[in-house]
Amino acid sequence: MSVAVPPQPGQTAGRKGQRKRGGPTQTTDRTKAERKLALMLCAPAVVAMVLVTVYPILYAIVLSVQTVDLRFPEERGFVGLDNYAAVLSSPLWWQDLFNTTFVTVISVAIELVLGMALALVMHRALFGRGLIRTSVLIPYGIVTVVAAFAWFFAFDPSSGFVNNLPFIPEDKAWFGNRWDAFTVIILTEVWKTTPFMALLLLAGLATIDNGLYEAARVDGANAWQRFVKITLPLLKPALLVALLFRTLDAFRVFDSIFIMTRGSQDTESVSILGYNQLISRLNLGLGSAVSVLIFVLVLLIAFVFVRVLGTAVPAQGDKK
Amino acid sequence: MRRGMVIAIAAVALACGLAACGGDDESAGGGVTLNWFIFNEPSGGPQKVAERCSQQSNGAYTINFEYLPAQADAQREQLVRRLGAEDSSLDLLGLDVVWTGEFANARWLAPIPADTEQAVTENVFEPVLDTARFEDDLVVVPIWSNTQLLWYRKDRVPQAPETWDEMIDIGERLGPDTGRIQIQGNRYEGLVVWANALIESAGTSILSAPKEILLEETPTEQALGIMGRLSNSRVAAPNITTSNEDSARLGFEAGNSTFQINYPFVYPSAKTNAPDVFEQMEAARYPAVDADKPSKPPIGGINIGVSSFSQHKEEAFEAIECLVKPENQLEIAELGGLPPVRSDLYDRPEIEKVYPGFADLVRESIQNAGPRPSQSPAYQDLSLAIQRALHPTTKIDAQNPQSTYEELRNNVEKAIKREGLL
Repeated sequence: MSVAVPPQPGQTAGRKGQRKRGGPTQTTDRTKAERKLALMLCAPAVVAMVLVTVYPILYAIVLSVQTVDLRFPEERGFVGLDNYAAVLSSPLWWQDLFNTTFVTVISVAIELVLGMALALVMHRALFGRGLIRTSVLIPYGIVTVVAAFAWFFAFDPSSGFVNNLPFIPEDKAWFGNRWDAFTVIILTEVWKTTPFMALLLLAGLATIDNGLYEAARVDGANAWQRFVKITLPLLKPALLVALLFRTLDAFRVFDSIFIMTRGSQDTESVSILGYNQLISRLNLGLGSAVSVLIFVLVLLIAFVFVRVLGTAVPAQGDKK
Repeated sequence: MRRGMVIAIAAVALACGLAACGGDDESAGGGVTLNWFIFNEPSGGPQKVAERCSQQSNGAYTINFEYLPAQADAQREQLVRRLGAEDSSLDLLGLDVVWTGEFANARWLAPIPADTEQAVTENVFEPVLDTARFEDDLVVVPIWSNTQLLWYRKDRVPQAPETWDEMIDIGERLGPDTGRIQIQGNRYEGLVVWANALIESAGTSILSAPKEILLEETPTEQALGIMGRLSNSRVAAPNITTSNEDSARLGFEAGNSTFQINYPFVYPSAKTNAPDVFEQMEAARYPAVDADKPSKPPIGGINIGVSSFSQHKEEAFEAIECLVKPENQLEIAELGGLPPVRSDLYDRPEIEKVYPGFADLVRESIQNAGPRPSQSPAYQDLSLAIQRALHPTTKIDAQNPQSTYEELRNNVEKAIKREGLL
């Protein structure tokens, strides 16, 4: 986190040329005082961040190299990388990693297409813009667990309405096999987070100069050409940020799967795997190893987006 | 700064919540407040007897209810999180029968004084006491039990089948429009209940000691074969791989089922929800695997423990002695239909009203029950491992259950050693 000093008109602190003119001692004192103030203002937030994020992360790493099981208080000890070896050598981990990646890729892809369509429509909306934008956000405002329950009950053979719809067998058990269960889980994810994607893309669309479209139209470009040659390239920063956020989010999918199948029918995600080790088995060592691995994977995804695909994180984007 | 303050306030609020701030330790009567962490039993029976005991204690203690979630998994998670953090605000713990080994091994249960043990074990069913012992010591006190029965339609079958095969034969003869069989097959504890009852009824057990596997091959494969046969039968419920007690109950009430394996709560439920079905509903003993070997029905229920971090252990044991008194067990049975743990109570006329015509059957079922391996300190691992090996039960080959057997054995062995992911 960088310390942001408000710019002083005519006297930017720290510049050599100005320091000579204004007299060295005065500027240095003032700079020092401002630095100090800035540090003091930031300190509580930094301390809070250290307490609530850095400490738990470090603690998880420490636990992950130990045998710690709350049910067996005596058996504690350092085991090095044994827990990681146990996780990485388990077919369950790879199975769940595949499931998680599958849900992430499919749901983010669908969200991207739908979100783009929604954003384009909202961008062009002639009347009721505020109302449309607000109402589109409703699914995103619903608590994930509640949304998951709503979809679960809708598809449940005994209570749901879905099996009463035409072309669907009345006793279809949606959560009784893997691919049907995945379908409902992905639908829930898509329904819930498409609005988020749409809003991020809408913000991106708003930054594109309308003059470009007019010029293109004068040059005879059709709607598709305008979309591909103007909208997409100029939307790339917003698009990548939206994809980054959603991918990181989707990779940690937990609620929908937990409510709908609890991970049965081979629909378990890595987060549920971690939950099972940590919360159900109280095997903190093994569970922390799973958590740390998920953390590393999330870092990796962020790294790929930022470095390889060139996603501008908001702070860099401001300067461009 | 504001953020820091908000977090500080939140932290204080959280700490307060956890430690039950407010110093409500001293109740009006001058005695201690005992916090009983248990799920909210909908009939209100436990609350009623707790209130009576508090009054009878002459101000020595007041029992205060702290409700846990309705689902057993979620109850356990809350309890172990608090106990893992040595929370002293827990006094009495409402524990599922399968958590005994785990809680005792982790030293979360205060040892039971000898005079209390004497008072609370009198006339209690032996299988129930099995669920309350760890390494031969009584560590928790049974308050109510539960067991599964075979519920069937007397208009479709004159006499209840004695074995699983017989039941499936009858169902298949009736066909899927009337002959369906309702059971619990989702990947959760209910599946372990089913599997364990079959394995026990076949004549073997999952464990022979807290850390030793038994699972003899022939009887286990016989049990697995039945699971496979039923699951792949055309009279299995269409949702068998996701079914639980409630979906089984609803399936039976819908009318196209002739058989249901379930706890006695389905009886009053049918009375209000499906009177036509209720008219024809009859109970029988849990089916056997072999005609010449009596079945070993599942057993459930709640045991009470005293937290070893409690600061009022003496009063807590006093309270337990009161809670499990015969008249209180009867009251809980009358209000919520929960079977008493004392065998002598089944001769009382009040019980005949709770289980009209099948009170003796409930007693017989509990008396002969085959408990799940709750003496294992790693029961949760065991349960997850069994669920993973057997779910979905439709994949079990009824003719050749050997591969499922290998997987089950392998998983149980790993779970006992607590190796690898589950």
